[in-house]
Parts: sequence; C-alpha cells; structure tokens
Amino acid sequence: MNGKLWTGGTIALLLLLVALAGPALAPHDPNRQDLVSIRQPPLWVGGAWRHPLGTDSLGRDILSRLLWGARVAVVVAVASAIVSALVGIPVALVAGYARGRVDTVLMRVVDVWMSIPAVLLAIALMAVLGLGLWKVVLAIVIVDWTRFARVVRGEVLALREREFVEAARAIGLRPLRVMTQELLPNLVPLIIVLVSLEMAIAVGVEALLSFVGLGVQAATPSWGAMIAEGRGYLMVSWWGMGVPMLALIAAVVGFNLLGEGLRERLDPRLRTTA
Amino acid sequence: MSLRFLLSRLLLAVLSLWGVSVLAFAILRILPGDPAILMAPVGSTAEDIERVRREFGLTGSWWAQYGAFFLSLCRGNFGRSLWLQQDALRVILERLPATLELAVTALVLATGGGILLGACSVWRRRSWLESGAVSLGTLGIAVPNFVWGLLLIVVFGAILQLLPVSGRIAPEYEAAEVTGSAVVDVLLRRDPAALGSVLAHLILPASALALPLLAAVFRTIRSDLLGALGEEYVVTERMKGLGEVRILFCRALRNALIPTVTLVGVQFGFLIGGTVLIETIFAWPGIGQLTLQAFQYRDFPLIQGIVLVYAVTVILSNLAVDVAYVFLNPRVRLAQ
Amino acid sequence: MTPLPITAPVLEIRALTVRYGARVATWAVDLTLGPGEVLGLVGESGAGKSTVGRAVVRLLPEPGHVETGAIRFHGRDLLGLSDAEMRRLRGADVALIPQDPLSALNPVFRIGLQATDALRIHRGLSREAADAEMVRLLGHLGIPEPAEVLERYPHELSGGMRQRVLIAMAFSCDPSLVIADEPTTALDVTTQAQILRLLVELQAERRVATLFVTHDLGVVAHLAQRVAVMYAGCLVESAPTRELFRAAAHPYTQGLLTQVLRADVRAEASAALEGLMPILATAPAACPFRERCPKRMAVCDETMPALHEVAPGHAVACHLYGGA
Repeated sequence: MNGKLWTGGTIALLLLLVALAGPALAPHDPNRQDLVSIRQPPLWVGGAWRHPLGTDSLGRDILSRLLWGARVAVVVAVASAIVSALVGIPVALVAGYARGRVDTVLMRVVDVWMSIPAVLLAIALMAVLGLGLWKVVLAIVIVDWTRFARVVRGEVLALREREFVEAARAIGLRPLRVMTQELLPNLVPLIIVLVSLEMAIAVGVEALLSFVGLGVQAATPSWGAMIAEGRGYLMVSWWGMGVPMLALIAAVVGFNLLGEGLRERLDPRLRTTA
Repeated sequence: MSLRFLLSRLLLAVLSLWGVSVLAFAILRILPGDPAILMAPVGSTAEDIERVRREFGLTGSWWAQYGAFFLSLCRGNFGRSLWLQQDALRVILERLPATLELAVTALVLATGGGILLGACSVWRRRSWLESGAVSLGTLGIAVPNFVWGLLLIVVFGAILQLLPVSGRIAPEYEAAEVTGSAVVDVLLRRDPAALGSVLAHLILPASALALPLLAAVFRTIRSDLLGALGEEYVVTERMKGLGEVRILFCRALRNALIPTVTLVGVQFGFLIGGTVLIETIFAWPGIGQLTLQAFQYRDFPLIQGIVLVYAVTVILSNLAVDVAYVFLNPRVRLAQ
Repeated sequence: MTPLPITAPVLEIRALTVRYGARVATWAVDLTLGPGEVLGLVGESGAGKSTVGRAVVRLLPEPGHVETGAIRFHGRDLLGLSDAEMRRLRGADVALIPQDPLSALNPVFRIGLQATDALRIHRGLSREAADAEMVRLLGHLGIPEPAEVLERYPHELSGGMRQRVLIAMAFSCDPSLVIADEPTTALDVTTQAQILRLLVELQAERRVATLFVTHDLGVVAHLAQRVAVMYAGCLVESAPTRELFRAAAHPYTQGLLTQVLRADVRAEASAALEGLMPILATAPAACPFRERCPKRMAVCDETMPALHEVAPGHAVACHLYGGA
C-alpha cells in the first residue's frame, strides 16, 4: 500500500460515508432560507455553533449544503464512471479484438467524437436535456465514454497477441467467449484504475456544470452551485466560495490519488497510457 | 517528409470535420424536445412555431435537412443569431481571435513551463524542488481549471490586488483592433504602458487555462527524461566527456519531447474547451464567453456555429501537432 | 608476442570490490595493463567483467558503487578524482567501445553531431574541422562515403557501420586506454569477424592499452596478449594468452577450453560445465567455483583461495596450487 493509495483511499471512503450518511448528519435543511442570519461567518472567524461553517447569502447553512452536495458529487461520480465503463469497454473489446476495418471505423468515430471539446459538448447537452442529476450523469457519459474506449482498446490490442488468447481461439472458442472469459478478466486492473480516475473527472465536470447553472436542479445543493453563489460576495467574505471549493479540491484530488495509487499497485501487470 | 503519414492524417482531419458537422446537426434534433418550440419566443402560436421551423430548416426528412444544413455550411452561412440579430458566423469570427490568443498563450505557458519544470525536477533530484513540483503535478491534473481561475482571482485579484481580473486591456489604453491579437496590436503601436496592461490582463486567465496541461506535460517529461537517462546512449554521451547539464537539457530532453508532442496534441482539445469557463470567469471577450450567453438565450444557430468553430480549431491544431511530430521524430520522418 | 611491461603500467586495479546494493559484483580483483597491451577479460554473463570496465570509467549504473580497492591510471587515483576531472579524461585519455551499437547512439541526433563531440570538446576543433577528421577516420575504418554517413541518423545504418562509428569515436582523440565492452556480441557472425579484424589492425597501428571484455575465448585468442578469467566476481586465473591456451591451471578455465578447441563449435564461456554460476549475495567465504569443480577438495569449502603464481606471469586462485 503506497502513500497515494492510503490518502486517496481514505478521502474516497470518507466521501462515500458522508454521501451515505450525510443528510442524516446535516444539522439543518440545506434549502431552508433564514434571511435574518445571512452571510454568517464560520466558527473560526467568530461564528456560532449553530452554523459551524457559516451561512450563504440566503441564510442557508453551508455545512448542511456541503454534506448534501457531497452526496450529489459521489452519486454523479460513481454512476458516470460505471456507465461510461459499460459503454466504452464493449466498444474497446470489439475494436481491439476484431482489429482491421471494424477497429478503424470505431476509432474514427471516437476521434470525431473527441474533436468536440468535452466542456462544450457537456454544456450543449445539458442545455438541450434540461437540468437534473441523472441528466448530468447522462451528459458526462456521452462526453467521456471515449476515454474508456481508447485506453482499454490499447490494452486489448496488446493482450490479444498473448498466447492464452491464441490458445483459446485455437480450441474454437467463439469471439464473445474469448472476450468475456479471456480478455476481460485481464483488463480488470486497468478498468479499476480508469474508473477511479473517471470519478475524479466526473466530480469536476458536475461542479463545472452546476457552477454555470447547467447542472443539477436549483433545489439540490451542489458544490459547483455553492461556489458560484459564494463568488457573488467574494470581496466581503471568502468562505462562501472557499469552503465548497476546498471540498471540491479534496474530492477531486482524493479520487485522483486513489486512481494513481491503484495504478502503481497494479502496474507491473499492465501498461497504461491513460 | 513522410508523405504517407501526413496524407493519412489530413484525410482523418477532413473526415473529422465532416463527422463534426453531422454531430452538430444531430445534437439539436435527436435529443428530446422540439427545437422549434424551444427556440420560438414564449407565447407563440402554432403558426409562429411552424414559421420558426421553416426558418431554421427543421422541416422535411433528415436527409433533406442535413443536405440543406451542409450546403449552407459550405457557403459559410451558419444562420442568424437569434439573440444578437446578426450573421452567426460573423459574430463568432469577430470574437475568435481573442480566444485564440488566450489559447495559444496558454499552450506556450503549459508546454514551456511543463518542460522546464520537468527537466529541473529531474536535474535536482531528491530536492524540495522535485517533491514540490511532483505534488503540484498531481494537483494540477486533478483540479478543474475553473477552480484554478477562481483561486488566481482570489489570490492575485482580491488578496494581493496585483493583477486585473477581467477584460483584455485597461480602458484607458483601448484602441481600435487591427490584427485581432491584443498583444500584436499593442506592439504595433509601440506603447509600452499599453503592452504592460495587455500582458497583465492576459497572464491570469492564460495561467488558469494552462495549469492542467502544464501538470500533464510536467509529468510526461519527467517520466520520459528519467527513462532516457537510463538508456545506453547516455553512457556514451558521458563517455565523450559531456557534462550532466548538457546531457539532461539537450541530449536526453530532445528524446523526451517526442511523446510530449503527442500528449499535447491529445490534450489540446481539453485546453480549448476550457476557454468556455475561463473566459466567463475573467470576462474575456472571446467565443468562450459567448457560449454560455448563447445557451442562456437559447440561440441555437449561434450554438451550432460555436460548436463547429471549436471543433474545427481542435481538428486543425491536431493536424499541426501531427506535422510537428513528424519533424521531431527522425524515425517517422525518414520512413519509406 | 608478449613482452612483459617494463615501463609504468597504464592501468592498475587493486583489490577492486564493487557492490550493487548488497550484492557483490566483483571481489578483490587485481589487474594490470601495460602501455599498448591488450588484456582480455573473460567470463560468462554476470561474472563481473563489464562491471570492472564501468568501474574504471566511473559509470556504474545505480546502485553500483565501489566498496574498496584502488584504480590507478598512469599512476593517478581515478576513484578520488572529482566529476569535472573525470569528465576531462573521458573521451580524451580513456575511451569505451560499447556492446550494443544501436542503443549506444542517441536516436534523435545525426551521426555527425554525436561522433564529433569528443573532438570538439577535448581538442577544441570547430565543427568543420571535426567533421573532416571524422570523415578521415571513418574512411580509414572502411566505411564507404563517410561524409554521407555523418548526415545520417543511427537507425539508418547497419550494425557493423554503427559499431565502426563508435570505434572511430573512441579512438578520435588518441586515448591511451580503451575499454572494449563486448564490442562484437550484438553483431551477426560475419560482421563480428569484420569488426574483430578491424580492431586487430587498429591495435597493430596504434598500440593502445586495451581492456577487452568478452565471454568469447576465441576472440581473445586473436587479439589479446594476456587473458584474465573471472568467475562469480572473482579473478580466478590470469596468464599470457599462449600460456593460458596451452596450460590452463584453473579447473574453470580448463572447462572453458574444452569447448574452444573444438573448431566447429563457437567458443562460449558458458556452462557446458554442469550447473550455474552463483551470484554472490555477500562476501565469499570459500571458493565460488566449488559446486561445479571436478577437482573439489575439503579445503575448497572452507577458505577462499588467493592468487598464486604458478609460472612467470601466470597466476591462479585455486587450492590445487597452494590457495590460502
């Protein structure tokens, strides 16, 4: 277990726990406005225990919103990563196994898909789909499945040349069986790493979309939206923007470290170019 | 010059351009919701909506629609911006140079900074420079660029009050645009104060945009340099009496640049996409800032145009990277 | 053919012990090289012969380090020199001919640039002058159209051409010591013969002290005046070439020779002898060859044999001849 794995794993686990239990831990209703106590400072700057991290410009408790936002972040991260994998991996398997024309066509599609900048495509999709958590997941999947397709295909191409694949084909195993029985198990380490890294990206994209108002619905607290809201009174007090930003940075770095730590641990058995 | 390699890349570029036109066409029509209804002003009658439909080529079969769409694209007609009531392409092209200036600056910063930092961290191994840089590398890759932008604004704009955080140039130096590039314009004017203002406005958004790519370049250069230093030819270089600095920064680095070029090529698309947020945050008058506003106003012709222009930029820059790769790698360059 | 050196030796290695981390690569090796003398350093893979060469030029790969011993070049202590002083020697007074010519050349620079480095650094020649000199040298080594070759990249040349370039580079500043680290191993058989011939001619011309590292006893027979045999990091025998082939004393050397003297089999210092060469994890307490030795005795398991002279210029480390 290396340092990255420890740190990243701890952060990820913490986030998961907060996401699961969060709403129960939150001291207040995250959407409850209290126009009497707006922009209350956090505890260490002279605030009260009632609002340990302060309140935003509508009097909403930042801590509660942070906890609920964690749930959003984790759900989006996990869902996007898994679904992207489910879309990208079969494409990668087919392209890498079949090679030739099929591979060329599929990879050209991926190339064209990747010509549109991810952020732009995500924003465009959300503008057309409308707001909502699952729409965010859908948008992220549509934008980022190509990452899985590309990287896993590379590994499939390499694995395909190995003896055990040749042996499987020699005894007459049908392609589908070869892919699922021989190739897929060997891809698991790589997939695990990619999923972790994808979670980091998904958290970032969700925050970005919510920041510009094209993410989850307004009623659902999201770190990105909190950052945007807090930016409005940045010159007066920094914590409205600063606190959710720190949470976001921690989450993104945590998932990233987890992915990298996993890669280092599993690396001798794979060659990634992610 | 390896013609075959370049020709195939050119073909791919053309294919990608066509593919993007299909994607741009499809986005509007495939997803749920009737685009005509979305675009028509609130309270329109059925006739109004039908008119909108005709106006924006949303009638007829898919093929007919795409055919009309493609033809008008070729003629340079991207439609008319609903919000600004001007030719969409014209609006976009007016603001494109600002975005390009930002993106190119960011690219130079990211590549130069990443290479320099990477090489220095290898030169001074087991030092605070190395550990600091490696940590920065992890942060840089993971954290989204808009967060960097906001952080820079907080630190340099709010706390230190050192640099401006919006626009391209201070109002007192504003003058008519000549080339589209603020830097070039100001150099032509030979006005050092104005140059200072332009650079001061450019540095923060360009840095925010550049950071993720800088971190990626840093990592790649570092790992490739360390790999190169383990190669047998480095022993030969040392056996000729070359100094360590020269070997690292000249002989080994040149080898490490090759995979870096590929990386930059792949990542450039992400960098360009980052202009949407960064321009919005820093009030930079390019097409990125235009993007969110276009979405706000549901200005679909403009949106389509922006998506196309962005995609074309990415495709062309990928082609440029392919050319650069051929130049840098003698083995590809001289392949039969 | 083998005048004993009566002038000061070019290279003296005394009790050289090199470790890679904790693993012993060479153990108390003693070698001497006189002016113009070719010493063949023979052993199988992992015997420590390349390590000796790298230790002399102080280019041991991590985590290699010299634990004890002395290396003197024209009387100068090499191990005590600063990096800058060592740099001045490399390429000018001491040169290395590496094993694999392809990986030994920088793939992204032209031959001209790489080959003339030493001339420009140590002799201060301009680019044109250095190029001209290199063209002359390459031509002398049998490369057709040498000016053309300078414009090429390493991957465009054949293995034999690349090795000639490296040999030219090594000799370009007239070194007084050349370390040839298995220079023919990576080449095909025909090219090997060509390069060997080339090296023999060069030696006849220039008479440069050469440490010729190889696993091939046959090669040594052509080129070297003296031979030193290494096993598991230890020096087991050293003698004038003729003497070694005629009357090898150490059982290991005898085993090697039974393969060489068959004209139809390639001479390899490998194990047609039973068993494998051990890798020393710690300081050897007894003879490292004892497991494979046909003449093993009780004392071989107890103490390390020291080098003993059994004939003029012929030393052996074996308990059969006095040992400890």
